[in-house]
Amino acid sequence: MLSIKNLHASVEDKEILKGLNLEVKAGEVHAIMGPNGAGKSSLASVLAGRENYEVTEGTVTLDGKDILELAPEDRAREGVFLAFQYPIEIPGVSNINFLKTAMNEIRTYRGEAPLTAKEFLQRSREKQELVEFDAKLVNRSLNEGFSGGEKKRNEIFQLAMLEPKLAILDETDSGLDIDALRIVSRGVNKLRGGNNAFILITHYQRLLDYIVPDFVHVLADGKIIKTGGKELALELEEKGYDWLTKN
Amino acid sequence: MMTKQLESPLFESLASQYDMLILQNQDSTKTYRTEAMEAFRKLGFPSVKNEEWRFTNILPVVKTNYELPATTTVDAEQINKAQELISNTYSKLFAEDEVYRLVLINGVFVTSLSRLPEQQGVHLCEIKEATEQAAFQEHFGKILNIKDNAFAALNSAMYQDGVFISVEQNVIVEKPIHIIKVILAEQAMMQQSRDLFVVGKSAALNVVESYLTDIAQPVFLNAAAEVVLAENATFNHYDIQKSDANLRIIQRTEAAQKKHSNYSNYTFTLPGASFVRNNLALHLNDDEVQSHLYGLYLTADSQLVDNHTEVHHKMPRGESNQLYKGIVMDKSKAVFNGKIFVYEDAQKTNAFQQSNNVLFSEQATVNAKPQLEIFADDVKCSHGTTIGQLNKEALFYLKSRGIGETQAKQLMVKAFAFDVAEKIQIPALRSYVEGLIETEMESR
Ligand SMILES: Nc1ncnc2c1ncn2[C@@H]1O[C@H](COP(=O)(O)OP(=O)(O)OP(=O)(O)O)[C@@H](O)[C@H]1O
Ligand SMILES: [Mg+2]
Repeated sequence: MLSIKNLHASVEDKEILKGLNLEVKAGEVHAIMGPNGAGKSSLASVLAGRENYEVTEGTVTLDGKDILELAPEDRAREGVFLAFQYPIEIPGVSNINFLKTAMNEIRTYRGEAPLTAKEFLQRSREKQELVEFDAKLVNRSLNEGFSGGEKKRNEIFQLAMLEPKLAILDETDSGLDIDALRIVSRGVNKLRGGNNAFILITHYQRLLDYIVPDFVHVLADGKIIKTGGKELALELEEKGYDWLTKN
Repeated sequence: MMTKQLESPLFESLASQYDMLILQNQDSTKTYRTEAMEAFRKLGFPSVKNEEWRFTNILPVVKTNYELPATTTVDAEQINKAQELISNTYSKLFAEDEVYRLVLINGVFVTSLSRLPEQQGVHLCEIKEATEQAAFQEHFGKILNIKDNAFAALNSAMYQDGVFISVEQNVIVEKPIHIIKVILAEQAMMQQSRDLFVVGKSAALNVVESYLTDIAQPVFLNAAAEVVLAENATFNHYDIQKSDANLRIIQRTEAAQKKHSNYSNYTFTLPGASFVRNNLALHLNDDEVQSHLYGLYLTADSQLVDNHTEVHHKMPRGESNQLYKGIVMDKSKAVFNGKIFVYEDAQKTNAFQQSNNVLFSEQATVNAKPQLEIFADDVKCSHGTTIGQLNKEALFYLKSRGIGETQAKQLMVKAFAFDVAEKIQIPALRSYVEGLIETEMESR
């Protein structure tokens, strides 16, 4: 599925990712943890194609395809999805129209016919239920005036609608109350399958009680410095990162 | 003084045409025309040294050699052409029974293409036929400020065509009147039209103006309109400026409002006309008057679109609400200048003004300036001006969901224009305008 080799990337001439390696196979869930400012969101941004990041070295392929060559929209169409740490508000763009446009552009790219209004509505209802996303929010302007938790839930609603191959969740659990966390996790667990993969960026091992990862990685100073199973998260919770970075 | 004026051969040809015109003039407008010509001679064509024209150089407009037809006639071929243009362009805008329609070719009424209201109490005719009407005699020439406005003065001295609409008290004109200004010309030509709209006590009127052109050479339209709202009258006035690069428009619309009246002006300019200067002046002459000014300009190529507004709060408890939004693309240039005057007697005035602009290219420019002069102490006034780029973060968000660059920009532009477009109260017109915005964005 996803293969990252020796990835170096900088923003405004400052090197943030410094030779990062990561292999994610279909069906797997990977958690990435690490101190503030380590480069976790930067990795997500580079994968999604944010323009101010410059890749200076290394490769990223998705099912063998070089995605660094692609525009952000084409990466999305190839199946990359980023649930943002800070989803932006876009007044005047209706949530549902936006999703319909996104969905149909992705389908067109893949040579599929656009969904009929009825099909779209049905799917939207189904997924709203799955992530318990308030129907009133669906028709509002994109994230405008949403609470922090509502924004995060909207990200997961979009994820459910678009069914990407590779979903990267950047601190989706931060700012969620315990019920919301359970709902979002249940959504993700339902969406988990043999053909897709998840990267969960998080600071809290609590999330990993709900979504059990296959691997836990520690990202520090632009590199993956340790990889383990789900028990690594518990160890990190207890000991912090110092024991890993100090040597 | 002289440096504030432009030298142009057009000035001379207009002056000599005026002399002929005034010799032939038989109606009651003669004195007014003479005064207006005097004012025009004094003012001359404004140069960029004139504060009101600082960002808008009219030299390219006035240096063309225009034909100045003494009389305008319309032939069968032109009528066919107009009919074709109308059905090609507006078939999707209004259903037949949704609106009244008034078609003008080069300023001349074409009854065969029009569908006029037959309602009691609605008077509609060519302005030159209106001189005996009471509403004309009472209001014509009383509202427009020709003292300080060269083009309005010129128009007042020399206009030949135009529309007169008067609605008697308590008459609600059932459907909007769509005024289609067809301009057909093979030669460079200058046209001056003059309109007068009088909406009586507790009467209501909706007017949509738009342009259709088939012109191979520059056409300069110098238009002026006077608007009168009696007590408790309502007038929604739409101007959809979408036309041809050969068209140059300078126009002044000036409205006088009585107690409890409500005037809403919608000036929407789209890519097309290479030069547009809109002057909109509202006089809130009475207690508790409401005025709305909504503007949207989507400019492209090397268009220059300039909106100058004046809101004169003269009496207490008036409310004015002004929202102008611009999307400025390519090498185009937009100017917004919004003046609000609150006179000494206009206590408890509420005046609001907002101008937001998005620069869509590196070569596009915007000059936006609010100007407030307040002489009353108990008033609420607010204004804001923004000039910026499309939000990059928002664009990235949309793209990261699979939406392509063009579509993403289109969504954002529509979102930006949304709060002005949504003010349009005729649903068919609103979706037509939104469609125009979409089409323009798609082709870029
Ligand atoms: N546009 C930018 N210009 C300069 N520096 C930047 C920019 N964006 C990110 N950085 C820097 O890159 C580093 C990594 O930031 P990043 O957001 O990837 O960290 P993170 O691991 O996600 O942290 P957190 O856990 O706080 O979310 C930080 O030092 C940050 O200040
Ligand atoms: Mg982060």
